Amino acid sequence: MIGTWNLVRLALRRDRIILPVWIIAIVGITLSTATALEELYPVGQARQQLSLTANTNPAFLAMLGPLRDAHTLGGLLAWRWGLLAALAAGVMSMLLVTRHTRAEEEAGRLELIGSTVVGRHAPLAAAVLTAFGANVLIGGLIVALLLGKGLPAEGAIAFASSITVTGWAFTAVSAFTAQLSENSRTANSMAGAVVAGTYLVRAAGDSAGDSGPTWLTWLSPLGWAEQVHAFAGDRYWVFALPLALVVVLLTTSAVIVTKRDVGLGLLPTRLGSARGAPSLRSPFGLAWRLQRGSLIGWTAGLFLLGVVYGSIAQAVGDMVNDNPLMKKVISAIGGSGGLIDIYLATIFGMIGMISSIYLVQATLRLRSEETSFRAEPLLATPVSRPAWVASHFLFAIVGGALVLGAAGLGVGLTHGLREGDVGGILPRMLGAALAQLPAAWVVAGIALVLFGLFPQLTGVTWGVLGACLVLTMFGPVMKLPQLLMDLSPFTHLPKLPGATWTAEPLLWLVGAALVLVAAGFAGFRRRDLTT
Amino acid sequence: MTYAISVSDLVKTFGPTRALDGLDLTVRTGEVHGFLGPNGAGKSTTIRVLLGLLRADSGTARLLDGDPWRDTAALHRRLAYVPGDVNLWPNLTGGEVIDLLGRLRGGLNEKRRADLLERFELDPRKKGRTYSKGNRQKVAVVAALSSDVELLVLDEPTSGLDPLMEAVFQECINEERERGRTVLLSSHILAEVEALCDRVSIIRTGKIVETGTMAELRHLTRTSIAAELASPPNGIANLPGVHDLKAEGNRVRFEVDSDKLDAVLKQLVDSGVRTLTSQPPTLEELFLRHYEDAK
Repeated sequence: MIGTWNLVRLALRRDRIILPVWIIAIVGITLSTATALEELYPVGQARQQLSLTANTNPAFLAMLGPLRDAHTLGGLLAWRWGLLAALAAGVMSMLLVTRHTRAEEEAGRLELIGSTVVGRHAPLAAAVLTAFGANVLIGGLIVALLLGKGLPAEGAIAFASSITVTGWAFTAVSAFTAQLSENSRTANSMAGAVVAGTYLVRAAGDSAGDSGPTWLTWLSPLGWAEQVHAFAGDRYWVFALPLALVVVLLTTSAVIVTKRDVGLGLLPTRLGSARGAPSLRSPFGLAWRLQRGSLIGWTAGLFLLGVVYGSIAQAVGDMVNDNPLMKKVISAIGGSGGLIDIYLATIFGMIGMISSIYLVQATLRLRSEETSFRAEPLLATPVSRPAWVASHFLFAIVGGALVLGAAGLGVGLTHGLREGDVGGILPRMLGAALAQLPAAWVVAGIALVLFGLFPQLTGVTWGVLGACLVLTMFGPVMKLPQLLMDLSPFTHLPKLPGATWTAEPLLWLVGAALVLVAAGFAGFRRRDLTT
Repeated sequence: MTYAISVSDLVKTFGPTRALDGLDLTVRTGEVHGFLGPNGAGKSTTIRVLLGLLRADSGTARLLDGDPWRDTAALHRRLAYVPGDVNLWPNLTGGEVIDLLGRLRGGLNEKRRADLLERFELDPRKKGRTYSKGNRQKVAVVAALSSDVELLVLDEPTSGLDPLMEAVFQECINEERERGRTVLLSSHILAEVEALCDRVSIIRTGKIVETGTMAELRHLTRTSIAAELASPPNGIANLPGVHDLKAEGNRVRFEVDSDKLDAVLKQLVDSGVRTLTSQPPTLEELFLRHYEDAK
């Protein structure tokens, strides 16, 4: 263990940006959620209503777990944010541990460190201690904030500890998965699968109903975080479960470290195919290999998101109806029409922007292929520059439609089933989702123009997307001037499914996207490849 | 005489730096041409201009009788390229990359593919992220050599290979020469160029400073002589072309310009030669002199 503290210092130095961002985000959202809940649900009937909806609608139960005490702000906070905060702490810990253990080992940097005066267990111990410390800091800050808001100490400590200890549990999980594979991406995927699995297992348990398998919740570290019942009983004994898991996993990992060689994992690496598949013969064949995983993931993810939103649409409509403040916020963004349609229009607006992340990511793949020098050998073959650009950009254009369509399908199916009118609702929802496409294409066009003309500035696209989000989502609430809000392509979309359908703004957006794309292609034909 | 590559007065700037500063280069069809220079001299930039990846600011470049910037795709059908820094896609296997690049060039020779994989001892089933630098280079070399093309453009292809594999590589290049292919081989490994190349061009800070066959370039170089004479040497130090003379009793050690060798040897014979060793100039010495003189 010699050298552990030096390695902790190294980890903190390397994470000096990313770690504070995680900590501030988790603590900041805790504070803003508490403040928002205070305003949205003043004491009384609104809370009763919320409690009823939250504890009967299976989609709400699956997403957030049960609402155990709607009468106190602490109880509301624990319901709305407790589980998600624990999840966030888990993801943060997982990425941190893999980054400082397996990724370092894979890159060969650990070998360099291992040749100095550093104990065999020091790198793992340093990563685990850093993650533990980050989670303690999150917990401590949350306790301080909640005490400042006047919440009871016992509940605040139970709430914060449920986040910290869940973070510890996933620290231990990824310390273990880091021993298994020699590849850091595989290690992260395994730990990520565990995180997602524990979320889903407890979702099944929470939404099972009284006669169903509610015990499933007890199989999941995230379920344990809920079972602490922060601000509603504060059952501290539940912490014994995650702490026991931590001890078992860390001991096992420490034993594996002494048995395995540096650079190798417990699982053997799998060999791939010695020959290229017949489809691997064109730039598009390669782009498909490189982008299909992301496309499938995004399509499935947006479909699930659609399912979640679709299944709560009806209940939310009722809930908004009961809450005048929320009604005001929603109709400012979603326009006029039936309350459920307004809610859905807001959701599709959000889905449009989330999907734009995919379109930008798919487009900027061009840039990362270029800067990692993987475009160079391709462009030294008969593949022309436009063909290569098109091979990736196709994923933004067509893949974007697929991702949005999947979201529309998810909403349409679930909302349609609840309303008993799939045939009528599904096409409307698909249409509302796909109506977002022209705006998303404009954003992808901006990414392509930057790539073609100002390749060093491609990162600016993310800033543009962020600005569009602020302008369109918060512009109406912040009462920004219309001229400013018009800068965002999303502002011009008809607020479907409630509003009347107009093709004109969509055509303008498609036209703008075409101009941007043409400029991007032309620019890339003329410029030097980055070398 | 036909030229596979002819470049004249090529200029390429990156902001304030002049990467290519009036470069002239000719590669004859069917020859293995060494392109020698230290890192940062402009070798890769020249190659990238020839491949149409960079656009020259001025000057002319002809490649296989085409314009490398305008006729890119048509020209690329007839050449194969191994970049200096081979980066593979992390989740594609070496075999997949070889097949992809070969098919994009219009098909590869299956027999040669299998043969090269065996000679380079490369496992094509491993994923790109698990290959070492040398193995990544082997992937690109196998892909290039198993394509049926007229011109091979190789940018420091052996910088990650061990000596055994370098010997295999040299064998392969000699076979390519016999097949009548043209090879442009950039390198800063002097022994490699010396062993392989018909002609050599030496580049320094964006300009070709010397070009010719190995024999022609040797005229510019010095031979090292060590001799034991019957009597103390006299007069040698004053002969033209003699450098770094060290005399100790009857022993003498010096360097002489290769074209002044005749007169110096006569003088040695007059003193009575007991033992004599002479070493031909290596490309290394030639290379070092060029850069020292320029400093």
